[in-house]
Amino acid sequence: MSDQPILELAGINKSFGPVHVLYDVDLNVYPGQVTALVGDNGAGKSTLIKCITGIYPTDSGQFRFQGRDVSIGGPKDAAALGIEVVYQDLALCDNLDIVQNLFLGREHKRMGLLDERNMERLARETLASLSVRTVKSVRQQVSSLSGGQRQTVAIAKAVLWNSKVVMLDEPTAALGVAQTAQVLDLVRRLAAQGLGVVLISHNMNDVLQVADRVAVMYLGRMAAEVPAKGTSREQLVELITSGASGSIGLQRAAEVSV
Amino acid sequence: MSNEVTTAASDFAIDSQKQNFASAARAYISRLRAGDLGAIPAILSIAVLVAVFGSARTESFMSVRNLGNLLQQAAPIMVISMAVSFVLLLGEIDLAAGFTAGVTAAVLAVKLSHQWKLLPTLVLCAAVAIALGVWTGFLVARVGIPSFVVTLANFLSFQGILLLITKEGGTIGITNKTVNAIEGDNLRPALCWIALAIAVAAFAASLIVKQRNSGGTIPLSVVVVKVVTLAVVGAFFVQLLSKNRAFEGAKKKLQGVPYAAPLVIILMLVLTFVLNRTAYGRHLYAVGGNAEAARRAGINVIRIRMSAFIICGFLAGIGGVFLASRSNSVDPQTGGNKTLLLAVGAAVIGGTSLFGGKGRMLNSLLGGLVLALIENGLPLIGKAKPFGNKQIDFSQSGVAFIVTGLVLLLAASVDALSRKRTG
Repeated sequence: MSDQPILELAGINKSFGPVHVLYDVDLNVYPGQVTALVGDNGAGKSTLIKCITGIYPTDSGQFRFQGRDVSIGGPKDAAALGIEVVYQDLALCDNLDIVQNLFLGREHKRMGLLDERNMERLARETLASLSVRTVKSVRQQVSSLSGGQRQTVAIAKAVLWNSKVVMLDEPTAALGVAQTAQVLDLVRRLAAQGLGVVLISHNMNDVLQVADRVAVMYLGRMAAEVPAKGTSREQLVELITSGASGSIGLQRAAEVSV
Repeated sequence: MSNEVTTAASDFAIDSQKQNFASAARAYISRLRAGDLGAIPAILSIAVLVAVFGSARTESFMSVRNLGNLLQQAAPIMVISMAVSFVLLLGEIDLAAGFTAGVTAAVLAVKLSHQWKLLPTLVLCAAVAIALGVWTGFLVARVGIPSFVVTLANFLSFQGILLLITKEGGTIGITNKTVNAIEGDNLRPALCWIALAIAVAAFAASLIVKQRNSGGTIPLSVVVVKVVTLAVVGAFFVQLLSKNRAFEGAKKKLQGVPYAAPLVIILMLVLTFVLNRTAYGRHLYAVGGNAEAARRAGINVIRIRMSAFIICGFLAGIGGVFLASRSNSVDPQTGGNKTLLLAVGAAVIGGTSLFGGKGRMLNSLLGGLVLALIENGLPLIGKAKPFGNKQIDFSQSGVAFIVTGLVLLLAASVDALSRKRTG
C-alpha cells in the first residue's frame, strides 16, 4: 500500500540487569501489510513487543511513528499512538458479554451512565466490518464462545479504537484447523483495512500463508527481514535456528556467542 | 473504520430477530439449560419451605403476624449480605462485616444514649463504618494481604472494639423512636398502596423504554407479563399485611408493611443501579471476573478493590442500624454469632458466586428470605414425627443450624454444577 513504514524501530537495546536481551534491533511495520515476527523461544520477540507497547522502557534506540520521532514512556503513550496488542492469554473477562468486553475501561457514557445502546451498535458494526459471521448475539457471555470467537473478540477489541498498528501474540496457538483459518482470514482483513499488523507466530505455515514480510529474531538480534514471497519454509527455519541462511541473516563473524 | 457496514440477515440473529412470547420463553428455557439458573433455585427453595412449614403449621406459620415478623427478621441479614456481596463480587471475603455492623450499632446506641440528635449520630456512624472499610481495604488492596486473613484479624479486633464500647458485656438500650421504627413499625396501609402503585408504574416505565429500544427483540407480551406479575404479587402481600395482625385485645393496631421491607428493597434497587448502569459497577464485575484483563483495559484494580471494601463497610454499618433497631438495644454479641455466616450464606443461596464476578443484589434478598424462613419455621413446627415413630424437636437450634448448613451446601453445589456447565 505505502512504502513509508508506519512504525520504525532503529537500534533498540534492552537489558535486564546484566542480561542483554535486545541488541540493536531494527524493525519496520508497513501499513496494509502483515509483518510476521518469528524466532525461537527466548529470541526476544515478547520483550520487543513489550518495548513497543511501553511496558518495558528501552535502554537506547529510536521509535518513529508515521515518520515522526516518538518516545513511548508507557502503555498509555502506545495506546494514544494507536498501537494495540492482542495478548496470547486474550485478556477477556469471561463473566462479561461481548459488548462489555469490547468497551471495558473505555465505556461510552450518557449523562454519567453507561450508554448500552450505542456500545451495542458499535460492537455490531465492528464485528461486521471484520466479517465476523459466527456470533449470534453481541450480548453473549464470552465464557460461552469458542476459542476462535474469543480470539476474534480480542482482535475486535484492539481495532475498535481506530488503532493503526495491531500486534497479535500467537493468535492461533490454541486453535483448531477451521478456527485457525478463520483467524488468519481476519488477520488478512485487518491489513486490508490499512492497519499495520504484526503477527508473532511459531507456525511457519501460518506465517507464509498470511505474512507479507517476515522479521526473524535470533538471540536478541534481528537476523533478517525478508519478503514472505520467495522465502521457503526451510530458509525460515534455518534463520530461526542459526540466525543465517545462505547469504541472508547474521554473518558468522558478527555473531556473538551469548 | 467504516461505519456504513450493513449487517447481513444471518449475523447476530438473536440481536436482530423479532421475538414473540413463545420464542422468548424458548430462549429463556435454553438459558436455564445452559446453566444460567438466575434466581430459580432460591425461589424454588422459598416455595418448598413455605409449602413444608405451611402444611405442618398452617395456623401459626401462615399467619399474617408471622409474615410481618419474617420480613423484619430477614432484613438485617439481607442488608449485611448485600454489603458482603460487594467484596464477594471481587472474589474476596469480609469475615468482619458482622462486627462492622456491631461496632456501628454500638456507636449509634452510645451516642443516642448521650442525648445526641439522630442526624449527627447517623453521620458519625457512617464515618465509623466507612473508616473500618477503609482500614480493611487498605490492608487488602494496597498492602496486599489476603482478605481472608485481614478480615479474620478484623473479626477479632472489631469484636474487641465492640466489647470496649459496650463496657465489657453491658447492654445499651435504644429509646430513639425513629431507629426503633425501622424494624418495629409499619408503613400505613394507604401509603403501602401508593408506594406499590409507584413501584409498579416505575417498573413498567423502565421496561417499556427498554422494549422500545430493543427494536422488537423483547416482545411487548413479556413486558406485560412481568409488570402484571409484580402488581399481583405486590398487591397480594400489601392487602395481607394491611390486615390488623395485633394480638386480640391489644390497644394498638398492628397493620401495614414493616418499614424494613421497603427500605431494604430501595437499598437493593439503588445498589443494583450502581452495579448495572455505571462504569464503576461494570469495572467491579470485570475485576472479579479477570483482574489481569481489567488491569490491561486501564482499570485501576487497586482502587476498585479498595472501594469495594469501603462500600462493604458502609453497608454493613447500615445493617448495624437494622440490628440495633431489631432488638432495640446493642450488646457485645450484636453482629456476632452467626450474623456474618448467614449474610454470606444468603448471598450464596441467592446465586452469588464465592469465586467472584457473578452475583446480584437481589440474590441477597432471596437468600436472606430462605434463611429467615428456616429460622422462623422450624421452631414453629416444634415436636413432630416426620420419619416414623422417632419424635424430633424441630425447635432445637441444633436442628436449625443443620438445616441451614444443608441448604447452604445445596446452594453451593448448584453454583459449582452450573459453573461446570457454562465452562
